Amino acid sequence: MTTIEIDHTSRWFGNVVAVNDVSMTVGPGVTGLLGPNGAGKSTLINMMGGFLAPSTGKVTLDGRTIWRNEAVYKEIGIVPEREGMYDFLTGKEFVVANAELQGLGGAEAQRALATVQMEYAQDRKIATYSKGMRQRVKMASALVHEPSVLLLDEPFNGMDPRQRMQLMELLRRMGAEGRTVLFSSHILEEVEQLASHIEVIVAGRHAASGDFRKIRRLMKDRPHRYLVRSSDDRALAAALIADPSTAGIEVDLTEKALRIQAVDFGRFTELLPRVAREQGIRLLTVSPSDESLESVFSYLVAA
Amino acid sequence: MYDPTVARLTYRALLGRRRAAILFVLPALLLLIAAAVRMFAGADDQVASNVLGGFAIATMVPLIGVIAGTGAIGPEIDDGSIVYLLAKPVKRPTIIFTKLIVAIAVTMVFSALPTLLAGLILNGNGQQIAVAYTIAALVASIAYSALFLLLGTVSRHAVVLGLVYALVWEALFGSLVAGARTLSVQQWSLAVAQKVAGDGAVTSEVGLPLATVLLVVVTAAATWYAGQKLRALKLAGEE
Repeated sequence: MTTIEIDHTSRWFGNVVAVNDVSMTVGPGVTGLLGPNGAGKSTLINMMGGFLAPSTGKVTLDGRTIWRNEAVYKEIGIVPEREGMYDFLTGKEFVVANAELQGLGGAEAQRALATVQMEYAQDRKIATYSKGMRQRVKMASALVHEPSVLLLDEPFNGMDPRQRMQLMELLRRMGAEGRTVLFSSHILEEVEQLASHIEVIVAGRHAASGDFRKIRRLMKDRPHRYLVRSSDDRALAAALIADPSTAGIEVDLTEKALRIQAVDFGRFTELLPRVAREQGIRLLTVSPSDESLESVFSYLVAA
Repeated sequence: MYDPTVARLTYRALLGRRRAAILFVLPALLLLIAAAVRMFAGADDQVASNVLGGFAIATMVPLIGVIAGTGAIGPEIDDGSIVYLLAKPVKRPTIIFTKLIVAIAVTMVFSALPTLLAGLILNGNGQQIAVAYTIAALVASIAYSALFLLLGTVSRHAVVLGLVYALVWEALFGSLVAGARTLSVQQWSLAVAQKVAGDGAVTSEVGLPLATVLLVVVTAAATWYAGQKLRALKLAGEE
């Protein structure tokens, strides 16, 4: 059981506050750190990985301060987001070097390469690897010493769907083995598919915490806004407002369109085309007007 | 204190980059000059001393030192791959010390060895000139490596700053301002060479005791400080 504890931690760079008074506990299992780009996820992970000192507060691993404490790396494995990784080495040389730096050897490196299924390309130079292959070799380098904590910064960036699935499977297995796995992502679906526990960071603040069902419900229940143009806006509006899935409809005369606020996302998406067909109305435009991730997050913060 | 894995990675990084070409070009140039001078001017102690002092010690050694010293750590910090060294239960001063050893070894091989060869070509080690300048190059390799390794650890513009120090401070100010000569790795190393060479063949602005103290202090202080800086190295995130 290894736990990372973040206690009233802030981090600022000059005048910019990147992480603002965050407290959270990351324990065994897979935790997703979710937030839009620039929310402070990397800063937080860098503090957990000992690459950044908290400006105030404490970041500890089972009670031991992480900053300036090389000993913690016996238990922490890190998969950084940046690409720099000794491109002139082969995959195998790279993982072997990482094993040696942990006081281990070729056998452990080989096992780690097998875990990420990279044996087939282990003798090629890293410079020739695709993004997904690099990501897997990074994983292998972080796994050589069987760490009890695994920190991954945006691990799915640039991976194709198959690689994504493989990595998810691997992380799930790590979590099931009782390791503390924390990964950051700005994509809700990724986090939802993988993490049993979610921490949401928005603008440096800890916005929400809990299991994904709770967060998903918050996301689903939020009002969705749509901009709709049709062959008969008023008739469509009249038919839609009768259904409880809509909360408000405005006829926007300048835009010549309807602004619809839906409260039940699933039901509304099914209702709209059905109503249009029944009424013989042609739908010309249906576009969500607040689907940006930022609006989703700001809704979460308010909740 | 010395980690063979860190050393291996550093050697490969240093010698595998395009920048490493300079490591071969400068010594080749020195040997070429030496051969040309010998051919046209014959063996002359004063000329030999001028070539070795003016090009080998004043220009080549510091430049190789900049390449090896900053190159031993700077690029890794720049591209973030240093993470893989730092995220290990390896003491940060050990990483610095190992990289210093590598930088010194590379600087010595690519500067002292060609200096010796050039000296032999120029006047066949008459008045011990070849050996004296070789020793100066060896001594300077240590101090330059430590200084430029520190520079590579603290600054993203280490190469430029290193070049400014090597070329502007040591070469230009050194010849204009007398005081600058006292604070010059080149002069310290020449003080050591002066002791070895025949009378008046090599001259330094600094006495040997002061030079020795300064060499030791600068090397030790730079290495210690680089270790401290690496312990507190903040890796800028992507945000």
